[in-house]
Amino acid sequence: MNTSYALLARALQPEIILADGAVLVIAYDLIFGRRRPLATRLNTSLLLGALTLVGALIASVLVGAIGGFYGDNFVIDSFALATRGGVIVLALLTLGVASGAKVMRNPAEYVALILFATTGFTLMAAANHLLIAFAALELASLSLYVLAGFDKDRRESAEAGLKYFLLGAMATAFLLFGFSLIYGLTGELALPRIAAVLALGGMSPLLALALVMVLVAFGFKAAAAPFHLWAPDAYEGAPTPSAALIASASKLAGFTLFARLLWPGLGELAGDPSQPFNPGGWITIVALLSGASLLLGNLAALAQTNLRRLLAYSAIAHAGVMLLGVVIAVPAGPGPLFYYLFTYGVATAGAFGVIAVLENNGGCQKITDLAGLSRRSPLLAGALTIFILSLAGIPPLAGFFGKFTIFAMTLRIGGIASPTGILTLLAIALSAVALYYYLIVLKQALVEPSTPARSTRIRVPVTAAITLLTAAALIVVLGLCPSLVLGLF
Amino acid sequence: MNLLPYTIYLSFVGALLALVAGMKSAAAARAVALLTAVSAWGVALYAAFGFTPSSELLTLVNVPWIPQLGINYHLAADGISLTLLVLTGLAATCGVLFSWNIEERTGEFFAFYLALIGGVYGVFLSADAFVFFVFYEIAIVPKYFLIANWGSTNRQYGAMKLALYSFAGSALVLAGLLWIYSTGYASNFGLDQLAQGAATLSHTGQITVFALIFTGFAVLAGMFPFHTWAPTGHVAAPTGASMLLAGVVMKLGAYGCLRVAMPLLPAGLEFWQPVIAGLAVAGILYAGLVALVQDDFKFVIGYSSVSHMGFVLLGLAAANPSAVAGAVLQMFSHGVIAGLLFAVVGRMVYERTHTRQLDELKKLPLHRLLPFAAVVFVIAGLASMGMPGFSGFPAELTILVGVWNYSATLGVLAALGVFIAAAFTLRAIQVSFFGQAGADAAAHTPDAAHDHPLSPITWPEKTGAFLLLAATLLIGLKPDLLLNWIVPSLQSPLMKVIFHGGAR
Repeated sequence: MNTSYALLARALQPEIILADGAVLVIAYDLIFGRRRPLATRLNTSLLLGALTLVGALIASVLVGAIGGFYGDNFVIDSFALATRGGVIVLALLTLGVASGAKVMRNPAEYVALILFATTGFTLMAAANHLLIAFAALELASLSLYVLAGFDKDRRESAEAGLKYFLLGAMATAFLLFGFSLIYGLTGELALPRIAAVLALGGMSPLLALALVMVLVAFGFKAAAAPFHLWAPDAYEGAPTPSAALIASASKLAGFTLFARLLWPGLGELAGDPSQPFNPGGWITIVALLSGASLLLGNLAALAQTNLRRLLAYSAIAHAGVMLLGVVIAVPAGPGPLFYYLFTYGVATAGAFGVIAVLENNGGCQKITDLAGLSRRSPLLAGALTIFILSLAGIPPLAGFFGKFTIFAMTLRIGGIASPTGILTLLAIALSAVALYYYLIVLKQALVEPSTPARSTRIRVPVTAAITLLTAAALIVVLGLCPSLVLGLF
Repeated sequence: MNLLPYTIYLSFVGALLALVAGMKSAAAARAVALLTAVSAWGVALYAAFGFTPSSELLTLVNVPWIPQLGINYHLAADGISLTLLVLTGLAATCGVLFSWNIEERTGEFFAFYLALIGGVYGVFLSADAFVFFVFYEIAIVPKYFLIANWGSTNRQYGAMKLALYSFAGSALVLAGLLWIYSTGYASNFGLDQLAQGAATLSHTGQITVFALIFTGFAVLAGMFPFHTWAPTGHVAAPTGASMLLAGVVMKLGAYGCLRVAMPLLPAGLEFWQPVIAGLAVAGILYAGLVALVQDDFKFVIGYSSVSHMGFVLLGLAAANPSAVAGAVLQMFSHGVIAGLLFAVVGRMVYERTHTRQLDELKKLPLHRLLPFAAVVFVIAGLASMGMPGFSGFPAELTILVGVWNYSATLGVLAALGVFIAAAFTLRAIQVSFFGQAGADAAAHTPDAAHDHPLSPITWPEKTGAFLLLAATLLIGLKPDLLLNWIVPSLQSPLMKVIFHGGAR
């Protein structure tokens, strides 16, 4: 086993930078920030945090896709590299969202937690070992629980944090149980060696139990139905930047981790995706989760009046498509899955960015709070239009091509009669349902006149404006030139 | 010809410029919009003058776009697309002229308007199914906002219904296209590749996929019983948008049927031919009869649109060269005439009298108050009825001749539709413009004229009306101008296959 610590230190530079940056943000605030106003402390922390993220991004690009290292317990292939870059960009967008959001107490700790969560995300991207994967996932999750409950002035935030924590902790228990069964059955923790052992023997009842445990945990983390119950409450109550991070970067890192766990680790148990009716293996379970998420997410979103809850149900619906992407992550390559996850993350983070600015200007909970947005701020209305239309999958925006490529690949690999093929047809049909609730949002923003209570023009902070414009530009550019992302793989 | 792609780019750039100009003043936005529409139309006309009819699909641009999926940005044109491009330019220009009175959020209006136009140009130029689909969907969202923001009666309902119908239709199309792609025998989304892939499907598969794609497109073409979005959408839309919706957007659906569904799956066409033809005739008769009893002037025109689009679908379903050529000619003709009718009803009459109820219009001596509108509407009505000398006549005649060869019964029923069209058009003319032409009107008229001092018809309205009238007369007197483009295009290798299914 090649356990070169020098290589390990070099390959994990981004994580080292992120952790150091988090400590630096707190230390700087402790030493210099005590007597300053909250807004100044927040801006300083955000600046330091952004610099840290940029440093980590550069470091991860410089490290490059070096393959397996530290005894193959870590791996940085093109997928891991892209995910590392992706979560860092999404975390940067989250900081931009925070710059336009309500100023909370302890801003430095907030930024530091975002950095710690990002460290967890980048480690999740590179983990190739059950325990490392678990530790990385928990680092990210624990940071996210605190971030969700960070607004100490609002009870809803505490509620969101608690719900997210309790359900997340239960998911963790399932995951750990599943891992322990896998370890007990194979005697291995590193994914390549688990795969090697599994190649010798087939499915056993205990292994099936382990799979179910892992996939239940996966369902919780991905907010897939029927394990989605925490998502609407967490989205509704959490501080807006936290919700943006939960919805974007954590999705990207989580799906990358599980795609790696399921394919290189448990690929032997995948089953045959082109088998009509019952592919066997974990693809069956993933397909069930996907179908439930598509149906529940899209149909429940129709009934929402709260914008954040609507975004949560839309996230559940999108998780259904992402699960289809997991099924094809090896047969078709990880390109479609990553493209979908990243562009979805940018669009969602952007939408939360708009919500964050609105919260400082009269509040934004109900969809009707958006009324008259195009007159109050053409910038916010225009950016929201791009994000929502991308989520709805309207070309030429990135959301369209993300859906298109996943659907095309799923059908190509599974054929029309396979469960995934039928799910794809279901997803296409439900996209027409989805357009309805997305248009309801845009109708408020672009068509309805403003109410007297919310009619003043909105001043968008410069950093928030830059964030929103960057996110919108990313959506348009990646939508017009998907090869920029697909070419990475 | 090589300039044709600029119709797309000009429209999208114009949309952005109109948005920017609208922040300064409404007049600037109008000027930008008119300039954009005219220059894009100019490009199309310039290409049309240099066009030598041939059976070849002329490739204009073909560059790799998404190499990972083998998708090329492939634009091409033949006589059929050129016909519709010229129509789009005409309808867009006239639509801008008839939207001259939009005062509220003018820049945004024209931005959505030109984005819609850009999508339409793109659809007519696409030679790759993916590119086709992208432009097709780009055209959906602007429609929603044009209607929901600037529309009239029940606008939010009409707008949402229209957007959802179009999008559900395009979802069917997407499912069908991906189904073909999933066979693995199509290396990309080029129409020729997809045709190869489709040929490997089982017979049942071909029939199913044809049903998906054809229905998806036919929703937008207003096929009975999926036409219900059209009257409500047209009525709710602002004049310029209803001119575009009826004039061009409904053609997107018919064009999709002709360009994508029928050549890809000739076996499916053969199977569904009687059903489509039956539904088309049902649409002609049903919508015509419904138009006969409408109280709302604009609904009469909305249903007449559905009835006339029934002829297009009937021509396509008959699937012989005469009928299909007639269908394309009817697309052009209906685009012009429907634009004219909506312009008179929505802009010239409604914006001045603020009512579209026929029994209220009946009380006004409109033929005296708005003589210009009356004359235009009478001529447009004659054209819509299919009077010789106007474009509707050669188009419907060619279709009927072709349909007669396919099925005499359907031909007779469709011809009955022409009579119904005459009936509802004459009724609309009589009630709306000449309702007070009777003897008792004489005493009434002076007061009415004083009570309703209607503003005179403005120059943009006159220009737009003249352009459209000239087009319908020109094609009515010399249909060969377009038929010479259309007929050779039907002989291209990709299009020829559709005739194997139908009766020759």
